[in-house]
Amino acid sequence: MDFSYTDEQQMLLDTARRFVGERYPFEYRQRVRDSAEGWSRETWLRLADLGLLALNVPESEGGLGAGPIETMLVCNALGEGLLLEPYVGSAVVATSVIAELGSPHQRQRWLPHLASGEVVALLAHDEPDSGDDFARVQTRARREGEHWRLDGRKSQVYHAPAANLLLVSARTEDDVLAVFAVPTNVPGVHLAAQKTVDDQCAANVHLDGAQVEADARLGADAQGALRNALDAGLAALCADAFGAMDKAFATTVDYCRSRTQFGAPIGTFQSLQHRMADMLMRLEEARAMSYLATSACGNPDLAERRAALAAAKALMGQCARHIGQQAIQLHGGMGMTDELAISHYFKRLIAFEFRNGSTDQHLRDYRKQLRAA
Amino acid sequence: MNLNFDSQQLAFRDELRAFLRDHLPADIRTRMRDGDHSHIREDISDWQKILHRQGWGAPAWPKEFGGPGWSKPQQYIFDVECALADAPEQLAFGLKMVGPVIMRYGNAEQQQRFLPRIVAADDWWCQGYSEPGSGSDLASLRTRAERAGNDYIVNGQKVWNTLGQFANWIFCLVRTGNGGKPQQGISFLLIDMRTPGVKVQPTRLLDGGFEVNEIWFENVRVPMGNLIGEENRGWTYAKFLLGHERSNVAGIGAIKRELLRLKQIAARTQGETASLLHDPIFATRIAQVEIELRALEIISLRAMFEAERNSAPGPEASILKTRGTEIRQRISELQIDALGEAALTIAPRIDDDTPRAMLDYLNLRKLSIFGGSNEIQRNIIAQRILGL
Repeated sequence: MDFSYTDEQQMLLDTARRFVGERYPFEYRQRVRDSAEGWSRETWLRLADLGLLALNVPESEGGLGAGPIETMLVCNALGEGLLLEPYVGSAVVATSVIAELGSPHQRQRWLPHLASGEVVALLAHDEPDSGDDFARVQTRARREGEHWRLDGRKSQVYHAPAANLLLVSARTEDDVLAVFAVPTNVPGVHLAAQKTVDDQCAANVHLDGAQVEADARLGADAQGALRNALDAGLAALCADAFGAMDKAFATTVDYCRSRTQFGAPIGTFQSLQHRMADMLMRLEEARAMSYLATSACGNPDLAERRAALAAAKALMGQCARHIGQQAIQLHGGMGMTDELAISHYFKRLIAFEFRNGSTDQHLRDYRKQLRAA
Repeated sequence: MNLNFDSQQLAFRDELRAFLRDHLPADIRTRMRDGDHSHIREDISDWQKILHRQGWGAPAWPKEFGGPGWSKPQQYIFDVECALADAPEQLAFGLKMVGPVIMRYGNAEQQQRFLPRIVAADDWWCQGYSEPGSGSDLASLRTRAERAGNDYIVNGQKVWNTLGQFANWIFCLVRTGNGGKPQQGISFLLIDMRTPGVKVQPTRLLDGGFEVNEIWFENVRVPMGNLIGEENRGWTYAKFLLGHERSNVAGIGAIKRELLRLKQIAARTQGETASLLHDPIFATRIAQVEIELRALEIISLRAMFEAERNSAPGPEASILKTRGTEIRQRISELQIDALGEAALTIAPRIDDDTPRAMLDYLNLRKLSIFGGSNEIQRNIIAQRILGL
């Protein structure tokens, strides 16, 4: 047992935090949020320069080949800064899918470009009818001569309008779950853009006879690799949310120290002190569960890994709701304004509750594996 | 003891339902149902005019000032039925706030000048109370009014002026005296918003909407005839107003409407084995909040009954405000929980409840903050009810 970080890990966290502090202050984020794209390519290339986009790229493709702990630390910092760029989607999930499933040729073809920031890749997996079963995919892939033809619908793909490459899961004619690399400019790929509560862009993706070359299929049976990548993404999302909770909490305590009413800082009022004490307890629970999610990532025992991730997401979702709501309440009317960062933390945390399976879904998953002994 | 409305009251309710069915314009009803505030100014104003033509423009006012002379149970039934029918909420600032203050403390000239125009929706009033440094601690307010001949000169800044961007009149608490307790130097002043020196700036809120404003006063000249009652007695009038603002403070009608919507969402959303309305876990949560609502409704009716006998609402209003807002917020949470991941999309519009449910969830965080935060309400309960 060891809760410390190595020197390299600490440096990585410091680097990511310094980047957020210097290059991604809240005023900058507001400008990015209000821009037509809703995310910043400039920021994306800076993340590439810092090597952060190469974090999960294997060393054989020129990346850092780092692990879940490094990913957690970077995501903590990016969550603290409420980054609008698709870090988890592209640099964690999509990168993992290609790294695990791709042939040497495919890996060489895509991963260096993901690391350099030229390509933003996103996994398009969830469907309107997927429900609780991640392997329930109705999108079809049919072989037509030298090509694959894809038909189906993918729902609420976070950041999809920012992507130039989609990794589309589909069932082949022999009912194998497969993944295809689909450039977004291929005819037959249509994105219906959405705006989400946390000011991100997302899209429903329609595939109507989208045609890709034979080499677009990554690996053979993709089920295991998809599970691994989604789990890595879930742990990273938890780390991002923890960063946001941590910052929302600290900001709230600062506010209560400085806001004066009735001749005293409101933080001196006992009822508010107890509120903040409760928030701190939820924050520590969230930190613990983020650690659990991160350490579960490499667990080859799938059942154990799933249980740990379900536990983490369920409890962290509850912590996120508690901390977010209390942060607004303690800021009073100012907490309701768009001008203060706190409402944006609140919205980030709401999105977290529902992304990659809601709190209720994960509670249900955890409940299903309960045993009497 | 009898918890039920009598046959006359039920007949009155049926009359209201028929009226709402026939006279609430479909487009307004649709916009209210969808949370579409794009025409909020016209919707509120048009609906007020329709009610006014019926003689119901000021449900809580006595007949001499243009009210229908309804009993408190009738007013309550009216509030509930309007909310259930998705009618726009009548503007409280004229009808429930400054109106009653003018009736009680205004002079005859002020009554004739202002009251009819409130009922007829000729004037749009807003409230100038909170300031950047004076929220919960309202009595510390610093906007000043200084005498200059027959006028006051007003300087200062007000915040959280709900719908003030549409207002032509504002009632303000201003400081006219120093010394003594901070409550003692405050006056209640009516200000024409078209006076030079008044600047209104809408505040963007977390849901993207603009329903509150900041208002600046720079050397704004206000005739002394716009002072309500006596100088430096404004705090007394403000406290009186607070009591009126809090009639049906629990907002039972809106809570019932939202509970109904929650059940509709749950009924059409697939859970693990059945719809969420029949999902053991989710349905239990709905049951819990519905039970709490039943209790709140009885508490609310009892407070109304007592208020009719004792005229002024007491500190019990704090119980209604606190529980009403907690239950409303809980229902809002359950709505987004029922929608699940779909709740995250706030544009484009998908159906009647998406994205309305999420935007409501964001917006309704205000309920436990405004009108005296729930922390302040608990202070009132501890101090004024319990005497602690």
